Amino acid sequence: MSTIPIPTLPVGKRISRWFGRNIIRIYAVVGFTYLFIPVIYTIAFSFNNSEKSNLVWRGFTWSNWANPCGAPDVCNALGNSLKIGVLATFVATVLGTLIAFAIGRHAFRGRSTTNLLIFLPMATPEVVLGSSLLAMFLTFHINPGFWPTVAAHVMFCISFVVVTVKARIASLDPRLEQAAMDLYANERETFRRVTLPLVMPGIAGAALLAFSLSFDDFIITNFNSGTMNTFPKFVWVSAARGIPAQANVIGSSMFLIALFVVVAGQLVNRKKAR
Amino acid sequence: MAYLQSVVTRAGYFTSKKGRLPYLLLFPGMLWLFTFFVLPIINLAGTSTQTPVAGGETGQYVQTFRFANYIDAFNQARPQFARSFLYATLATLLALAISYPLAYAIAFRSGRFKNILLVLVVAPFFTSFLLRTVAWKQILGEQGFVVPALRSMHIIGQNTSLTASALAVVTGMTYNFLPFMTLPLYASLERIDPRTLEASNDLYANGITTFRKVTFPLSMPGVVAGTLLTFIPAAGDYVNAAILGNPNTTMIGNVIDSRFFNIVDYPTAAALSFMLMAAILILVTIYIRRSGTDELV
Repeated sequence: MSTIPIPTLPVGKRISRWFGRNIIRIYAVVGFTYLFIPVIYTIAFSFNNSEKSNLVWRGFTWSNWANPCGAPDVCNALGNSLKIGVLATFVATVLGTLIAFAIGRHAFRGRSTTNLLIFLPMATPEVVLGSSLLAMFLTFHINPGFWPTVAAHVMFCISFVVVTVKARIASLDPRLEQAAMDLYANERETFRRVTLPLVMPGIAGAALLAFSLSFDDFIITNFNSGTMNTFPKFVWVSAARGIPAQANVIGSSMFLIALFVVVAGQLVNRKKAR
Repeated sequence: MAYLQSVVTRAGYFTSKKGRLPYLLLFPGMLWLFTFFVLPIINLAGTSTQTPVAGGETGQYVQTFRFANYIDAFNQARPQFARSFLYATLATLLALAISYPLAYAIAFRSGRFKNILLVLVVAPFFTSFLLRTVAWKQILGEQGFVVPALRSMHIIGQNTSLTASALAVVTGMTYNFLPFMTLPLYASLERIDPRTLEASNDLYANGITTFRKVTFPLSMPGVVAGTLLTFIPAAGDYVNAAILGNPNTTMIGNVIDSRFFNIVDYPTAAALSFMLMAAILILVTIYIRRSGTDELV
């Protein structure tokens, strides 16, 4: 057996070739590091032994996680955010899904006006949405507070629900519904037993998106909530003095819960697909 | 979409014979959008031409159709307007530069890790928006670990700081709106048929030419959607400017906010809001026309 000598490239060239081939992967690693720096920081400082200020590291402790309501008003703010989030998500998901079915499944006059009205709230900066709503509430002598905030959140969530659910409806294979019809299912049965279950993941995704938009909203909420506190407002107000570690605990838990929900959803989907 | 529509319509299965049904489905949601979006905008237009009541208390205004309010408001807030559009443009370009390779890597180079990586791109944004911004302030601040490290390596001067600057505001915005860029880019890249790239290769195009002539044009809908979804919230944002900036980096959002809450000058705030909205809508329309994708509207 004769060996053919393999020409070896000089080291410098080999390194540059390796970089050339992996540049996109290296870039991705750097990109993900950048994405996660503030998250790691937030989680790390939720364990900070901070009696007075949470600006510098003062040692590890479990006490913030053991007592997340330890900082004054933080749990009241969180409770309000959760209540607003659940109510707004429910209403926006129902209304948005109805609109998505109308657009995705029906021919009707005024279609382009409808699409425009769905698109415009997404193309309007939050500061305009928030200030215009507050100006209207003030004109009609409605005091800003809990219900005005819920109304505002439903408004800006609807468009995102419509877009998400509409995309799911558009990606359905029409043959599945035709098959149901061929098997003598009437329109109502087809909808209930074929169409709706197929669209359900889209609706669930839309609800998740609506909740996270509502829970995280600051600008519109700050305009329309009056004296009621929400979690983002709490962070905003305490930002000047340094945020209490309990807020980091809540932020970190939201991150972990969301991650868990998304991963669990993926696993369920994969199981169903098999 | 169009295909489905045609099949469905032709088959007549799902197009309701009672023409009322789509309107019934639309009605509640559209009523909500009308009441809490259209009416406020109309009302805002009314507020913007009001003037203070003679001898009235602060915060009392009366309709006098004074359109000069717009000119006054614009002259007062000219630097903030300019800054908003400059910062938003910079943040959008930076986000595009960061997101494109990231989305490309996930779409074409991630193999079986695709779904996990996609979750990881969105995951950081489940911690609160404000917490993340404040985290950046502390990481880049005097007591963080970045500034001392850079100073000891003599990359920045002993008195230079990274927070309270235009740079910090733009980086903060870039970070905060990044998923709005990455997700549409990924969606359009993922849809590209790999055979088109192979075909380009077979026709002796090198990597760069393939990207320039095939991949990038095919990803255009994602680029348009991503840049819009980043630019619009960035132009109206005031949170990053307030937390990471200084008094010389205020944006139009900061002005609207303080006109409303600190000075109770509703007409000026309304006029500024209206001009911001109009400017963005005009830019968006031109941009969508130019790039030839009407998919969004």
